[in-house]
Amino acid sequence: MRGTLSDRTGAALLMAPLLLFLVLAYAWPFLGVVKWSFTLPTPGLGQYGALVSDPLVQSVFIRTLRIAAIVTVVSVTAAYAITVVWVRGSPVQRVLAEFCILVPFWISVLTRAFGWVALLSNRGLINTWLQSIGFISEPLTLVRNEFGVVVGMTHFLIPFAVFPLASAMRSLDERVLLAARGLGSSRMRTFWTVFVPMTRSGIIGSALIVFVFSLGFFVTPAILGGGRSVMIAELIYLRIFQSPDWGLGAAISVVLVIFVGALMALLFRHVRPRQLV
Amino acid sequence: MQQPGRAAEIKANGIGKSFGSFRALDDLTLDIGRGEFLTLLGPSGSGKTTFLMILAGFVQPSEGRLFSDGADITDRPAEQRAAGMVFQGYALFPHMSVEQNIAFPLKVRKKTAAEIKLRVGEMIERVGLRGHEKKLPAQLSGGQQQRVALARALVFEPGVLLLDEPFSALDKSLRGQMQAEMKRLHQETGTTFVFVTHDQSEALALSSRVAIFNHGKLLQVGRPDEVYDRPANRFVAEFLGEINMLPVKGVRPADNGATGLCEDRAVNMRCKAEEIKGDAILAIRPEHMSIAPEAAAGENGIAATAIGSTYLGAATKLDLTTRQGAKVTVSVPNEVAAAALSKGNSVWLTWPAEKGFLLPEGGQ
Ligand SMILES: Nc1ncnc2c1ncn2[C@@H]1O[C@H](COP(=O)(O)OP(=O)(O)O)[C@@H](O)[C@H]1O
Ligand SMILES: [Mg+2]
Repeated sequence: MRGTLSDRTGAALLMAPLLLFLVLAYAWPFLGVVKWSFTLPTPGLGQYGALVSDPLVQSVFIRTLRIAAIVTVVSVTAAYAITVVWVRGSPVQRVLAEFCILVPFWISVLTRAFGWVALLSNRGLINTWLQSIGFISEPLTLVRNEFGVVVGMTHFLIPFAVFPLASAMRSLDERVLLAARGLGSSRMRTFWTVFVPMTRSGIIGSALIVFVFSLGFFVTPAILGGGRSVMIAELIYLRIFQSPDWGLGAAISVVLVIFVGALMALLFRHVRPRQLV
Repeated sequence: MQQPGRAAEIKANGIGKSFGSFRALDDLTLDIGRGEFLTLLGPSGSGKTTFLMILAGFVQPSEGRLFSDGADITDRPAEQRAAGMVFQGYALFPHMSVEQNIAFPLKVRKKTAAEIKLRVGEMIERVGLRGHEKKLPAQLSGGQQQRVALARALVFEPGVLLLDEPFSALDKSLRGQMQAEMKRLHQETGTTFVFVTHDQSEALALSSRVAIFNHGKLLQVGRPDEVYDRPANRFVAEFLGEINMLPVKGVRPADNGATGLCEDRAVNMRCKAEEIKGDAILAIRPEHMSIAPEAAAGENGIAATAIGSTYLGAATKLDLTTRQGAKVTVSVPNEVAAAALSKGNSVWLTWPAEKGFLLPEGGQ
């Protein structure tokens, strides 16, 4: 719906304190980070040069993009299935789906990461069970590698992937689905040729949100990756607090923020912010 | 394109539908003939869409059976009934072009690419969408979307085409044009059409038969002239157009129909008085009454006073009251209305015996 001018002015006035807070809390300090990236340890573009030539930084960037891509595909696919049940299922199915979506929000990232360690580690539930039924003889390495990171991140991100999809599915005109069936299309065919294409904006929004979130993950990869699957956020932390190589850490941050900014711009060209919640 | 023999013949037998405790349809029995153009007419909320959805297979009836060409299809899912349907609001596939929308039912039926191309092309020609093949529904006007919906529903040659208020969103001139086009499509395809509207003039203009609904009940089915000239009850009489209601007393059978007293003057009716005796309502359409200085002996007439008029262009609507205070409206030529209003306002209203019909007094 399009508001009147006075509506919009009113909304802008109400949002002004929030905007001011965001500028003071994030944008202003970030300018400091930008400054470091050009001045530490010596003024110039040296840090960006190092960033391009450093094989460690490059491999972390590539790993981050790869993990984010895998997590995006898995999360959006799983979220799609959950959302279909949530939006279109029977009343009981809806309640169950809603429970699955909301429960993760009540448990902290840290608790969930350690929970996954307990499940996936060599002596964790899954390996013990698989060994006890004789399916495997040696424990599978499910954690302290990329697999564990992907599992933990996917679990965290599915609820965020659900909301844009739910909004797209709710706004879909039921009669179009009836029309497809009336024209002779089976339920399966209607799902793939009508339902899925009509929720395209939700899929794009959902994928971009998950991807952007994935790029900034810190706690989950640190715990489930066990130091072997370092992602960008952790690398920045290591450069600034452990190396300490503030200039390089800052330069990586700047590149990450610009990349994420570009993705957000893409996101808002495809979907209206209203559809994301 | 279609053999008239392929049109479906549908029988609804005691169909009822409840939503919780609400009765949306009640004991509906109706035969829809092969290749006929049947209109379901009724006010909003009378159950027309519900009945159409039951015909299409999207809604399961709570009671009753449905037959198509003699086969019981009550439990057959929508995708196997193959009824063409045009929804209120068209329900086009927004992500498909005009061409793809129309090709959809053929692709579902696994027709060859060559056949699909041929038949989609034919259909696009037939509904006048040449040049718009590649456009998305959102890029079309309301009338064009309507044509796509019609083409998509007809391209697979269904035995029956169901249309739910297809023209309610169109402006008046476009509506007339689409009505003519639909009549043509009906003749060309020979398919059975079941058309829903709440617009009585549309129903009378298009249909071979009209079925009138109110509160989930089927009140009357008949040819347009039958339901208009001989409505079964007061609701149908009033819903199909403006009508004057005069009380008549002492109705009894007479030589050629019935007779009774209307404001102390004998009036004759051509209808039978078997069902209605004693006091009743005499109903006459405004266009069937004329203005006269005097009613001849034996002629049906009532004295009235003109009290106002509405100029309608081609005619004038004249409002009158009778001596006993009944309100009457007639539509007469403009000069007649002007004369009636100037001449001391006191006139006689007359009507031919076959144009008046009796309704039971009070209720329906
Ligand atoms: N799915 C439903 N649940 C509850 N009530 C319904 C449902 N569908 C229709 N109705 C009710 O049934 C009545 C008839 O509706 P409908 O067939 O759409 O009427 P029409 O098409 O003649 O306007 C309405 O009062 C409507 O509110
Ligand atoms: Mg309706």
